[in-house]
Amino acid sequence: MLRSKASRWAAAPYLVWMCIFIVVPLAIVVWYALTDANGFFTLANLTGIGRYASVFGRSLLLAAEATVICLVLAFPVGYFLSRLRANKQHIMLMLVMLPMWMNFLLRTYAWMTLLEKNGLINKLLGLFGIGPFNMINTSGAVVLGMVYNYLPYMILPLYTAMTKIDNSVVEAAQDLGANVFQILLRVLIPLARPGIATGITMVFVPAVSTFIISRMLGGGANLLIGDLIELQFLGNSYNLNLGSAMSLVLMVIVLLCMSFTSSFDEEEMEGVM
Amino acid sequence: MKTWKRQNRHLLQRTYLILIFGFMYLPIAVLIAYSFNENKSRAVFTGFSLKWYVSLFHNEMILSALGLSLVLALVSSVVATVLGTLATIGINSMSRKMQLVINNISYVPVVNPEIITGVSLMLLFVMTQKMGIGGEEGVFGWPTLLIAHITFNVPYVIFNVSPKLRQLDSSLYNAALDLGCTPRQAFFKVILPQLSPAILSAFLICLTYSIDDFMISYFNCGTMQTLPIAIYSMTRKKVSPEINALSTIMFLVILAIILTSNAIDSRAYKRNQAAIRRDAANA
Repeated sequence: MLRSKASRWAAAPYLVWMCIFIVVPLAIVVWYALTDANGFFTLANLTGIGRYASVFGRSLLLAAEATVICLVLAFPVGYFLSRLRANKQHIMLMLVMLPMWMNFLLRTYAWMTLLEKNGLINKLLGLFGIGPFNMINTSGAVVLGMVYNYLPYMILPLYTAMTKIDNSVVEAAQDLGANVFQILLRVLIPLARPGIATGITMVFVPAVSTFIISRMLGGGANLLIGDLIELQFLGNSYNLNLGSAMSLVLMVIVLLCMSFTSSFDEEEMEGVM
Repeated sequence: MKTWKRQNRHLLQRTYLILIFGFMYLPIAVLIAYSFNENKSRAVFTGFSLKWYVSLFHNEMILSALGLSLVLALVSSVVATVLGTLATIGINSMSRKMQLVINNISYVPVVNPEIITGVSLMLLFVMTQKMGIGGEEGVFGWPTLLIAHITFNVPYVIFNVSPKLRQLDSSLYNAALDLGCTPRQAFFKVILPQLSPAILSAFLICLTYSIDDFMISYFNCGTMQTLPIAIYSMTRKKVSPEINALSTIMFLVILAIILTSNAIDSRAYKRNQAAIRRDAANA
């Protein structure tokens, strides 16, 4: 049998690695969050986050907006793709994944050039005598950047879930007199639930913790949690203890989000890779 | 009446898909178009030119960043693949309870926001620095980058290889032992060849994650620049048309890789189908 006692030792190097570089760093985050600069226990870091409540609120709000927009946009895409012929599905899936392979800095940079004051969109609108509009450095631009970057992460799990929906189920609902909305609410959405749950986590978690999208498209006025953390660790307001406390709160937010989505999804995370 | 309705629905589906794919690809198309723009400004298109490609290939910063990214990806992926494959074999022979604990801990870097993984490793390295390790210059740089990349890559190896290992028929291994193999020979001649497709795909996943990573490298790079970090510093400047040229090249490389791997896949698929048909005919 392959399951000999001796072969357990093969895992030893990784277990040591895992303890030093996964477990210990998280413990250090907790320790820094609960101590002051001299290493004494304090809750001041955690209570000090209260001053940044508006930033946390904005992060949650913008990430939630982006997640909802992604869900609404991606749901029909996942359904339509799952109804195509197999070879067509394959090509379309490739098309969904191709932009994901491009570095997200470049994808976000592309929107910078489009949304600028004298960018392409304002130029086009100018031809019709409209604008120019102030689009970049707004919270709308940040949400747009999140939707653009993370839309494929919503499409793929939805598509995976919907390929398991038999067409005859939809047809049966039609034959029994259900209209489009009834089919959507009582057939498709319940059956696609595992995909919806996975999609929500896969969009919300990176969206709520980003600092690049807000910095490139939001200007200085739309700070998010990620920006705050980055400022504590590498930026002007160098304060590792406060930064750790913020990271701890962000982890709690992500855990809450994941336990919320897994509560209406019995299945394991749908494979996306 | 019914066919008319169906046609309408098809038209609606197609329009919707075209709109969504347009949204996904238009920004990339604009970048590619501007990479050939003679003018430095993004406001006007004055004429076709390849000069941004020329200046890109003379940009020391980008070239050395690209070199670092490739070496880092290669080294970290090799180490992660070896470490992860060994770990998978070890974990497989542990009790259920231990497996659950280790898998859950390994999931942490996968599900945690990347920024948390980045800053937690940074804190660890700051602490080792405070203990005097690394001397005057400190530890940040190549060693911290390598450790960070290995750390976020190993879990992907484990989660790719362990399903394959569980599917393996253990009687093959026992047969090899019965036929006189030592356990070591049986492992290298029977187990490893069967795992190798999964190990290879895990290795490729590690390569792509490593080349693409910005967030975790950003907090652990010291003064070194990987390609994504160099791109980031370029986007901070007001106008840098070389980025457009770089995006175009990267897009074409990715497209080429995907098309080739697709062609190989579909050829293997056809060969499989042909074999199945032949078997059916013989039976």
